[in-house]
Amino acid sequence: MKVKMLSRNPDNYVRETKLDLQRVPRNYDPTLHPFEVPREYVRALNATKLERVFAKPFLASLDGHRDGVNCLAKHPKNLATILSGACDGEVRIWNLTQRNCIRTIQAHEGFVRGICTRFCGTSFFTVGDDKTVKQWKMDGPGYGEEEEPLHTILGKTVYTGIDHHWKEAVFATCGQQVDIWDEQRTNPICSMTWGFDSISSVKFNPVETFLLGSCASDRNIVLYDMRQATPLKKVILDMRTNTICWNPMEAFIFTAANEDYNLYTFDMRALDTPVMVHMDHVSAVLDVDYSPTGKEFVSASFNKSIRIFPVDKSRSREVYHTKRMQHVICVKWTSDSKYIMCGSDEMNIRLWKANASEKLGVLTSREKAAKDYNQKLKEKFQHYPHIKRIARHRHLPKSIYSQIQEQRIMKEARRRKEVNRIKHSKPGSVPIVSEKKKHIVAVVK
Amino acid sequence: MKARAQSLTAQYLRPKLTHPGPRGNQGPGGQTPAHQRNTGWVEKRKPHPLTAVSSPASPFYAGPSLHGSCFSHALYATELTCTSRAIDGNRNCFAAGTEIAFLRLPFLVHGDNDGEREHQKLLEAISSLDGKNRQKLAERSEASLKVSEFNVSSEGSGEKLVLADLLEPVKTTSSLATVKKQLNRVKSKKTVELPLNKEEIERIHREVAFNKTAKVLSKWDPVVLKNRQAEQLVFPLEKEEPAIAPIEHVLSGWKARTPLEQEIFNLLHKNKQPVADPLLTPVEKASLQAMSLEEAKMRRAELQRARALQSYYEAKARREKKIKSKKYHKVVKKGKAKKALKEFEQLRKVNPAAALEELEKIEKARMMERMSLKHQNSGKWAKSKAIMAKYDLEARQAMQEQLAKNKELTQKLQVASEIEEEEGGTEEKVEELLVPDVVNEVQMNADGPNPWMLRSCTSDTKEAATQEDPEQLPEPEAHEVSENSSSQEVLSELRVLSQKLKENDQSRKQKASSEGTVPQVQREEPAPEEEAPLLLQRPERVQTLEELEELGKEECFQNKELSRPVLEGQQSERTPNNRPDAPKKKKKEQMIDLQNLLTTQSPSVKSLAVPTIEELEDEEERNQRQMIKEAFAGDDVIRDFLKEKREAVEASKPKDVDLTLPGWGEWGGVGLKPSAKKRRRFLIKAPEGPPRKDKNLPNVIINEKRNIHTAAHQVRVLPYPFTHHWQFERTIQTPIGSTWNTQRAFQKLTTPKVITKPGHIIKPIKAEDVGYRSSSRSDLSVIQRNPKRITTRHKKQLKKSSVD
Repeated sequence: MKVKMLSRNPDNYVRETKLDLQRVPRNYDPTLHPFEVPREYVRALNATKLERVFAKPFLASLDGHRDGVNCLAKHPKNLATILSGACDGEVRIWNLTQRNCIRTIQAHEGFVRGICTRFCGTSFFTVGDDKTVKQWKMDGPGYGEEEEPLHTILGKTVYTGIDHHWKEAVFATCGQQVDIWDEQRTNPICSMTWGFDSISSVKFNPVETFLLGSCASDRNIVLYDMRQATPLKKVILDMRTNTICWNPMEAFIFTAANEDYNLYTFDMRALDTPVMVHMDHVSAVLDVDYSPTGKEFVSASFNKSIRIFPVDKSRSREVYHTKRMQHVICVKWTSDSKYIMCGSDEMNIRLWKANASEKLGVLTSREKAAKDYNQKLKEKFQHYPHIKRIARHRHLPKSIYSQIQEQRIMKEARRRKEVNRIKHSKPGSVPIVSEKKKHIVAVVK
Repeated sequence: MKARAQSLTAQYLRPKLTHPGPRGNQGPGGQTPAHQRNTGWVEKRKPHPLTAVSSPASPFYAGPSLHGSCFSHALYATELTCTSRAIDGNRNCFAAGTEIAFLRLPFLVHGDNDGEREHQKLLEAISSLDGKNRQKLAERSEASLKVSEFNVSSEGSGEKLVLADLLEPVKTTSSLATVKKQLNRVKSKKTVELPLNKEEIERIHREVAFNKTAKVLSKWDPVVLKNRQAEQLVFPLEKEEPAIAPIEHVLSGWKARTPLEQEIFNLLHKNKQPVADPLLTPVEKASLQAMSLEEAKMRRAELQRARALQSYYEAKARREKKIKSKKYHKVVKKGKAKKALKEFEQLRKVNPAAALEELEKIEKARMMERMSLKHQNSGKWAKSKAIMAKYDLEARQAMQEQLAKNKELTQKLQVASEIEEEEGGTEEKVEELLVPDVVNEVQMNADGPNPWMLRSCTSDTKEAATQEDPEQLPEPEAHEVSENSSSQEVLSELRVLSQKLKENDQSRKQKASSEGTVPQVQREEPAPEEEAPLLLQRPERVQTLEELEELGKEECFQNKELSRPVLEGQQSERTPNNRPDAPKKKKKEQMIDLQNLLTTQSPSVKSLAVPTIEELEDEEERNQRQMIKEAFAGDDVIRDFLKEKREAVEASKPKDVDLTLPGWGEWGGVGLKPSAKKRRRFLIKAPEGPPRKDKNLPNVIINEKRNIHTAAHQVRVLPYPFTHHWQFERTIQTPIGSTWNTQRAFQKLTTPKVITKPGHIIKPIKAEDVGYRSSSRSDLSVIQRNPKRITTRHKKQLKKSSVD
């Protein structure tokens, strides 16, 4: 009698080594896995909730300055090193991994107005209220040596900002005019002006490195070309722009931090309409810095908070604040795009995660897969009202919260008035101006 | 004395001439005082700019002035002084029209009478200086034609003095030739426009620079667009290329250390296995060298041929193997058998002993075959045929043949049972005795009527519509029964039964055709006398849903009825007495046809009193209607709507909940249903919902599905990147989890948009990263030679832009 037996090919289920993964036979028949959408919805909801639960962005506070932190700079080659200048003329260099100050320099009398590092990371430049530009070595002085700058240039006027070229030994300062300096010379190789006003900041374009952008206190943003030694164009906004920042991945895009609580992202070839108006702050925006990926930027505001905006969204995706953080004067996004630093009035530099709920450290592959899946689920179901509500919810200080309400009411009133005006006047006599165009006063060629 | 006075006057006149007023500056047509020419003064004039004549054809012009610098030509001659000067731009003048001012050589040619008069006046003035006679002596005198040694008079000639005339007499002197050349050269040159003011120039500079920069930046457009639309971006962008050294380098630097390695190395080196590029062993190389070219060619051709042949035969064999034709194979087999036979014959002739052996062998094989159970259904062939037998008649027959062969050997004669004898006819019995029933089950069925099989068929498949010929089934049975039975009562009973069966059959068929018609038929059959009132009732308005529905049903029924007239005809043919009411029913159904009601015009009552125009209109309207009717002949909107509404009503009705558990408390399994009692017990009837809002609105469907509780969880507006709701729904309905997707698909679906590596510095994008050639020149290089001048090219560009 023949006995029938189950016989399987051992190749199908025996592992070759112990490290191999066990083969798990799966049946993908959809009838066996019903309710895809509801199940994924629940997963998305849970992922969103967990994201909020784990959102703990604050990492560290670096204290040591004896006055408000006025400017920050990143080390171009070292992620752990940052530099900061304070309102009492002190410059400190910090180590982020150890979270301590590794060097202190009394660089200027009065404010340190600007600080920037050389592209190679061997030295850095500071400008101060004492009309000087100083170059310092990144490494501290040897034993017995005195702490003194490599070079000091004494100027005629106060310099309010400085930025270094991304590739060459050239830096630019601003004050009464935009000066471009060769590192080896004591005189600017080129000075560019357009009108007479104090320029508050100047920034080199990181991609097309011969381009510069500056903003002056007469409400305008001026673009310069270093090669042709001439200004290019000027755009005048409603209110003063405090600083600008170029997108490191898109050569012609820059974002301006304005006093009218908004940020404006411009395409420098079409200045008459900003690409996007970012509004969420309820006070003047003091500083802005792009993520190195060019997809987001962070802005610091006078209203004691920093916000993270996606470049293509007009509303922020994140707001960071703490009880002790006062007016945030400067902000920087680290070069690995994982962290954000901000320096504020109350003498502290704070370190934040760029992604509030991100887990730090090494992830196993399964963790990574779960993280990616959750992220995709959140994206997929982001429009569902409950998920949206949870994802958007942020706790805000009372002052900011009430100010937001106030702003909303004011805006609504303005809008209503505008609508009424249009309604009660001859059709076509009151032009409808889009939000983007509303804030641009003029573009000067 | 007089001569003295004249020289004196000349001295007086000198300063006067250096500042000529408007009058003194008369252009090229003016006259030069003779004494001036004679004395040979070199004189620089500065005429008022407003009086300067600008003309492109002027013989003298200001040299090319770029930055407002003055440029002057002074031509010196013994007899003639000509001064030209570019006029420094007065601002108003430039603003007005950016005219370039030119000075023509002012020829001041005075008549000698003029000079005379002035001389006279001067003398008078001098004489009156003593104060005695103050009154002026106005004296007029004729212009003298005298030729003075101090001046030249052109009076009388009536010609104007031109430059060429003046140059004429001095042609011979070589020193003046250069001057003339210069003059000619100057004459041929074009005018130069005014320089612009500083703001203007700067503006132009900026504009040109901006355009240039914008052009430079536009090269980033595709890169930026690509990055924005990228499914995934991995930062840092620049890829660190792993430094892979070529294998030879690695090998040369590598030494065998372990004994195993050394052994392998030894082996390799013994064979002189190639490591580096040319992958030929020294032996191969040697053989290559040894073989001559022709030899190699021949060898190659041979090889090629062999290969071609091989492939040809392979293909042939494959082709033959694939042939499915049985005939072909039979022929082949036959051929083989013939061949074998022939061979055998030959063998017998040649070597009878061997032939005998062969024969024995064959015999033995046959015995073996008989001993084994080859003809049972256990063989490979039989098994495959058994699978096929269900569908393939031939296979079935082949199997039967085989089985018959088997039976032939093993079968015992069967004794027929008595029951069979009683029931079946004698002929059938004989048949059955001959053929085993198990084998020929199917065949029998196909051949003729097997009463037992048929009975079982009819008994258990009452509902199932038998496809073959349902009417045929009961009839032969009935005939049989009638034949068999002898008593009269039984016969009559059977007749009744058959009648009933027929009726039953009809009704079943109708049921199959349209479910709703059964009650219809039942209702309408007993009421043929209601026809007349129904006729009167016809134009009644449809009020409720039920009524409408009924209408729809009837209509439906009618349509079905029409769709199978052939069948009906057959039926009526077969049973003409059975359905006397059929035509009537049809007629009645047509009477209340909804479609007819709605689409056809109600017969308009024409009266003679109505004026003819209306009639005409009526006619037109009718035509119109007819046309519309024809156009939409196929569409049946009303029925569709009714169907839709019925479905909606059904769907909205609360459903009963059946909590019966099969197999719980009783036997369960395939084909077993829980008992009716149990079903009744565990069926929870749904409470009757509130009446539908559209209950009394026959032509409206009100959807009452919307649920506020679920609405709170639904997306209200279509999110941004989607353009249509189904796109969004589709993305939502596609699961991305690993529960529903393979591992690979899951990974692909969940790849994050931006990947950054922790601890890696992301540098700004570079031209080299995206394949552009970055400019080699430094940003600084241009600053040193700072061109602050406006060139004609810039001006052209500006013009172009202003035109644009």
